[in-house]
Order: sequence, then C-alpha cells, then structure tokens
Amino acid sequence: MSWLGRLLGRSTPPAAGLDALFAVPGAALTLESATGLRPTGLGSVAFRAAEGGASAGSVAEAERLLAADGTPAVERSVDSFGYTWLLVRHDPADLDGVAGLVTDLHAVNSTLVDNGFGPSLLCSLVGFTGDDGRRLGLVYLFKRSTFYPFAPTGDQQQRDTAFELQVRGALGSDLPVEPDLSRWFPVWGAPGL
Amino acid sequence: MARSRYLPDRGLTARMGLTMFLLGLLYVALIAVVTTQVGLGLGLVIAGGALFAQWFFSDRIALYAMNGRVVTPEEAPQLHGIVDRLCALSDMPKPTVAIADTDVPNAFATGRTPQRAVVCATTGLMQRLDERELEGVLAHELSHVAHRDVTVMTVASVVGVLAGFLTRIVLFSGLGRRGGRDQNGAPVVLIVLLVSIVVYALSFVLTRALSRYRELSADRAGAFLTGQPSALASALTKITGEMGRIPNRDLREAEPYNAFFFAPAIASGFSLSSLFSTHPTLERRLEQLGSISAQLGRPTT
Repeated sequence: MSWLGRLLGRSTPPAAGLDALFAVPGAALTLESATGLRPTGLGSVAFRAAEGGASAGSVAEAERLLAADGTPAVERSVDSFGYTWLLVRHDPADLDGVAGLVTDLHAVNSTLVDNGFGPSLLCSLVGFTGDDGRRLGLVYLFKRSTFYPFAPTGDQQQRDTAFELQVRGALGSDLPVEPDLSRWFPVWGAPGL
Repeated sequence: MARSRYLPDRGLTARMGLTMFLLGLLYVALIAVVTTQVGLGLGLVIAGGALFAQWFFSDRIALYAMNGRVVTPEEAPQLHGIVDRLCALSDMPKPTVAIADTDVPNAFATGRTPQRAVVCATTGLMQRLDERELEGVLAHELSHVAHRDVTVMTVASVVGVLAGFLTRIVLFSGLGRRGGRDQNGAPVVLIVLLVSIVVYALSFVLTRALSRYRELSADRAGAFLTGQPSALASALTKITGEMGRIPNRDLREAEPYNAFFFAPAIASGFSLSSLFSTHPTLERRLEQLGSISAQLGRPTT
C-alpha cells in the first residue's frame, strides 16, 4: 500500500499472486527424498466469500469449471472462521500426479480472481502424508507468494514445530518459504490435510 | 487485469484531505507566532516531547490504561485465529493480541507502526458478539493499524496541544511579567494569546472531524477486508445499543481513550453535538456499510 493510501485511509486487501503455486510439483519430489512424505492427491483453496449474490455466483462458476473436466472433484465446506474451502481431489497415481492437482487448484483461483475476488483469497493447501502416519500441509499464502509447512499432530491442537522447521530447511531452495514465522498460522482441520 | 470490487469513496477522501490541509495551515500560523517569542520555544519542546512519548509508547500506555492482558494462541485460539486470517488476507504483520477484562463491549488498536501494534478486545465484546461480528470489529481495528491512525491522529493533535499549552504559558507567566516592563511587550503577548486560543479552538474541531473520517475509512477498509459489511453493521448496532446500559464507573475510566475505540463510550445523560464527537453517528456508519454491501453484491459483468 502506498503512503498516500495510508494517509487517506484507503487500504484495500492486496491482489493475490497465483503463479508461485506451480513450484509445488518440484518441491514435492524434494520433500519425498528428504522426509519420505508423499502427496495425498488432496489440495484445497480457502477464501473469504463476500456477502451477496456476486460471490456465490463466482464460487458456483469455479465448481462448474472443474466439473467440466469429467471429474467433478470439488467439495465445498465452510470452516468455523467463516472461510470457504474448496477441496480438489486428483489421484496422485495419475500420470501428471501433483502437477495435475496444482493445475486444478490454479483453475479455481483464476476463476475467483477473474470475478474480482482475488483479494479475498486466503491460502491454498497441498496435503502430504508419510508411511508412519505423519501429516503435512504445504500452505501457500496468496498475498505474499510464499509457502509454509503445517504439521498437526494427534487429536489435540498441537503442531510438530521441529518437523516444520526441518521441512523449511529441505524446501528452502525449491520454494519461497515464508520468512516471518508469526505468519505460519495453524489451519486446524483444514480440508485436504 | 481482473476488475477490482473495491471502489474508493472520493467524497470521503476529499473531505479528509481538506481537513488535513486546514490543520497544516494552523501549524504554519502557530509556528509564525512562536518565532516572535523565542522564550516560549523551550516550553513547547517539553510539550512536544510529552506528546512524542505518548506516540512512541502508545501500545504500552493504552494496554496499561485499559488493563489489557496479552494472550497466547493457546489461551485465546478464536481471537488469534481471526487475527491470523485477517493479517494473511491484508498482508500485514500480526499484531500483539490482548484481552481487557471489562464488561464494556469495545475493542481498540494502538501502536506507532504495524510491527509494534496491539489489538485488544474486551471480554464484554467477546460475550456479546458472534464470530462474524467479532471478525468485523477486529477488521476495523486492523484497518486503523494499517492506516497508521495513531501516528496520523498524534500529528494532527500536536497543533492543538501546543496551542493549548501556549495559551496557558502566556496567561500564567508571560502576560503579567512582560506587560509590566516592556511597553511593546503587551500587544505582542496579546496577539500570541489570541492566536493560540483561535488555533486551539479550530484545531479541536478539525481533529474531531479528522477522527470521524478515519473511523469511516476504517469501517470501509474493514468491510472490504472481510467482505461482510453487514456483520460489522450488526456489531455496531449491538454495541452502541448496549452502551447506554453499562455501569457509569467503567465508562468514566474508558472515556479518555475514546479516540482509539471501536465505538465511543458515552456516559448516559451526556449528549455530544456531532461537531465535537470523535466517532460518526451510528446512522452515518450504517449507511456507508449498506452501500458497500450493495456494491459487493453487484455482478461484475
């Protein structure tokens, strides 16, 4: 935001950066060799749906767009904070694997941006899991074009911070990792985790 | 390029710009007068220093005055979750989150920069509002932080504080001593006194006007951030309606901090004329939120 925007009190939420998401397939390979975690084939997008008909219309359009591929693989849910999550499934055994998932996520994001709801995009999440049952969500922050790892453990709201930092070290050269740790906010129970 | 849904309010911007310009003129008038009386300079430096300290330590002062307690994400997961998400949406650093243990339903945000900001909600607020409404209030407060409102309002109030200080100095020391000895002194001192009083009165009205515009801007930016102007409107209606029913003792404690508040704490039986109030009327705020709601619901095509 410019200093003039601040002085005149005209801040609006910034636009979303979408393209960094395409770095995920490369990072998924690194992650598997470093930690043994593999993509679950689940990914999701969270955004704040505005009140009124225009927002609902563009969500419906995004769902229709993905359904046209033949796989109607979008599930909509609303979390306790009022954010709408669109869950995308893409079989990791497919030829295009996690790249196909990222393409689907990008289609959802583009539809929302085209309808003027880009500033409402919160984060995108790609799920990973290990043979030992460990779960990891690679969370993409649209407004900063950065990623951070989120590793919930057990049923309680606890996260494995040491493992998250280990992942940060492993992925540092593949992805722009969010440097400000206070922005690594927990997304408990997010679809796709 | 996708179309933006967020349209600026040019009328509001123009009124705010004019207010800031007039305040700037007052600075010039005050400085011109002070330079005629070099002896007053020291007193003004002290007053300015006190104001600077108030700005510099604004986060700690407000927290202390309101008896706010900094809470961890484990203690207040809901509050932290809302603030986390709003900060991610608006791409601002996460402020310190605090809770004040009082039944007055209110929230405030202070801090000289977004990096040193504090957002505080009262327990009364969290009891009365649902999640959406609480989110609307916090988005309003975070917009104050994003707009650097503590800095803007401190700078705006400097001229009034200095003029008030000047008036007192001249009245209690300058007038009697200098007028007695120096034949040319008395008229000059009288001019200083007159200008100070006029500057003080004008700056009072102007800073209050500026404060109201900043509130409307924060409402607007907060409503755009969440996309839920009606939730904010509902929170406003609840809080302002509740305001008349709360104990007076709490209200008197809260009043000096009105300018940082979400809704002003007005003691019962005390009616403020709209010219002197720090916050716009409820009707004005609801009207703006209504038009934002209509704007968001409109299809882009």
